[in-house]
Amino acid sequence: MNIMKHTIAVLVNDQPGVLQRVSGLFGRRGFNIESITVGQSEEVGLSRMVIVTTGGEKTLEQIEKQLYKIIDVIKVIDLSSKPMVTRELALIKVKSEPAERPEIMGVVETFRASVVDIGPNSLMVQVVGDTHKIDAMLELLKPYGIRELSRTGATAMIRGNV
Amino acid sequence: MSTKIPNVQSTEELREKWMKPEVITGSEMLLRSLLLEGVDCVFGYPGGAVLYIYDAMHGFEDFKHLLTRHEQGAIHAADGYARASGKVGVCIATSGPGATNLVTGIATAYMDSTPLVVITGNVATTLIGTDAFQEADITGITMPITKHSYLVRDVEDLPRVIHEAFHIANTGRKGPVLIDIPKDVSAAKALFKPHTEPVAMRGYNPRVTPNKLQLDKLHQAITEAERPLVLAGGGVVYSGGHEELFKFITATGIPITTTLLGLGGFPSGNDLWIGMPGMHGTYTANNAIQQSDLLINIGARFDDRVTGKLDGFAPHAKIVHIDIDPAEIGKNVAVDIPIVGDVKTVLEMLNVNVPHAAKADEWRAKVAGWKKDKPFRYDDSEEVLKPQWVVEMLNDTTNGEAIVTTDVGQHQMWSAQYYRFNQPRSWVTSGGLGTMGFGFPSAIGAQMANPERLVISINGDGGMQMCSQELAICAINNIPVKIVILNNQVLGMVRQWQELIYDNRYSHIDLAGSPDFVKLAEAYGVKGLRATNKEEAQAAWKEAMDTPGPVVVEFVVNKHENVYPMVTQGSTIDQMLMGDEE
Repeated sequence: MNIMKHTIAVLVNDQPGVLQRVSGLFGRRGFNIESITVGQSEEVGLSRMVIVTTGGEKTLEQIEKQLYKIIDVIKVIDLSSKPMVTRELALIKVKSEPAERPEIMGVVETFRASVVDIGPNSLMVQVVGDTHKIDAMLELLKPYGIRELSRTGATAMIRGNV
Repeated sequence: MSTKIPNVQSTEELREKWMKPEVITGSEMLLRSLLLEGVDCVFGYPGGAVLYIYDAMHGFEDFKHLLTRHEQGAIHAADGYARASGKVGVCIATSGPGATNLVTGIATAYMDSTPLVVITGNVATTLIGTDAFQEADITGITMPITKHSYLVRDVEDLPRVIHEAFHIANTGRKGPVLIDIPKDVSAAKALFKPHTEPVAMRGYNPRVTPNKLQLDKLHQAITEAERPLVLAGGGVVYSGGHEELFKFITATGIPITTTLLGLGGFPSGNDLWIGMPGMHGTYTANNAIQQSDLLINIGARFDDRVTGKLDGFAPHAKIVHIDIDPAEIGKNVAVDIPIVGDVKTVLEMLNVNVPHAAKADEWRAKVAGWKKDKPFRYDDSEEVLKPQWVVEMLNDTTNGEAIVTTDVGQHQMWSAQYYRFNQPRSWVTSGGLGTMGFGFPSAIGAQMANPERLVISINGDGGMQMCSQELAICAINNIPVKIVILNNQVLGMVRQWQELIYDNRYSHIDLAGSPDFVKLAEAYGVKGLRATNKEEAQAAWKEAMDTPGPVVVEFVVNKHENVYPMVTQGSTIDQMLMGDEE
């Protein structure tokens, strides 16, 4: 069976415990969660979760069906079945003596990332992009020493008028 | 006190009284809302967090409240009530330990799709999250075993929540819904705005009507099949589709096997019925599944106790799966014709122009031959009482017309094998979760739902001791359940596995030290009888039947009896130990 990465959007009622219902379902049925993001949706009272999961087609089908059984789940969309835009934000605190700053700034500019804070011997870099871009950026910053890393996990949307 | 459920018909006058828009407490709203949902009997146990609710019940007679002796007894009774009636079972418990004592019962109902509304108290909203006295996060604890749950934080929400809970519990794939009511919410007053209109929930729209194209495919498959078989489950009973199933089978002439929870969904006396499939199923049903070329699953979920080794299950069959829960379709077994819908509705639509399975004559004859040659069998004895013989006696003396509840283990399988059910909602057993302690309290609920019918609760000596305290409520309310104990002085099913699979290494199965069940019954004021041979058995059972109230009848049966056939784990279901090897 073909193990693939899937990105699904789950539209849910903005109710206490909804995140627990969804994440609990993944846990007890043995579905993997690579990342999960939650926030407001375009409609008042509804939140949108974007979950990146791995598994074959059969697993994905079961995930969708089981999600629909949760009363607070309104809609489940397999975003990765269509052309989609996926974005993640990362904050990276890099070790940086004043002398190293220009070099690091070079990397940051190339990636169209930005420096959002400068400390006596560190820089905080903010980068937005798909997962690959952030991975690539991290690779380049590693030699300087990464002190702290915080990634949001992916959020995503289908392209066009769908 | 009596078993009589107060004969409160929801007359216009009463409904008007219940619906009156007045400023009342959350507790009163709860009681009125339950009445508006048609509740006539509630099983419960009071405690600190539900004191306001019980205060509202003081002197209240519009529905019956049965005080059990353990919360687990209350929820199993509510479960039995629901299974034997098709109505929603209701139970009430307090916060903390009261609520956690319900957990096994909630899981039992969830696994077998029983509609329950479970009401728990909780500490006041101001105390939630502070580890207050008797606080437990019961909505969190029960999330994986409820269809839905509510923590009501505002008294104004209560009528809507209760109305939604009943709707969710008893529609679609049925199941338990929990409503957690903090103490200050049950105390708070507000204007009562009853909810009686149809529920509209955006995230909950179970699909009742199937896709017509799929039905055409099934019709076509029936016409072409040479070895068709129907596998019918609890969905037939729960949807009320037993008559439609009977029409379907009669018209198509397809042999039918009913799962453990499907027993009673089709009359056992019918020639086309070939018994239960699976681990302790009939030779006929298991071989028919394995050899079929068309397997039509109607409201069963391909449980592992039915399928045996999945890889190798029904290897020649085109698989049709009819189920109200889309998540069941394709979960365990790959399906060729999926049909999502309510079993009754699907069968009604199928029956409109259902074809006869015309190519299956040879198959029908073959299956009938197996059925004749390979019935369930046991070696009867004149020295020791055989449990199978006892169940046959219960069946013969009641013409298969009683409501039978069981606990879990060997006696459960013998009851399923030797009691011949002819009507739905007559068989109450914990199939999915396999909950010991379920058999006896569930009979109390079944009896409350059916005051006029004979209710027999068949238990082992192990399971009986898990909820025997409920003898008290049988005695005090004169609930006339006939409580059968097949006493083999051992945890029989565990003993059987240890004998067959663990080389006779009998580990912790001896139930020596069990009480004298006759004296135990008498201690509660219930008549107790004992039988050790056939003659005594017949006499004791006759006396039990002739006694108007509850009776405990202990049958001391052979310790070394095994349930056969048996499919051991990891085998395909046609590889059965038949028990006649020795």
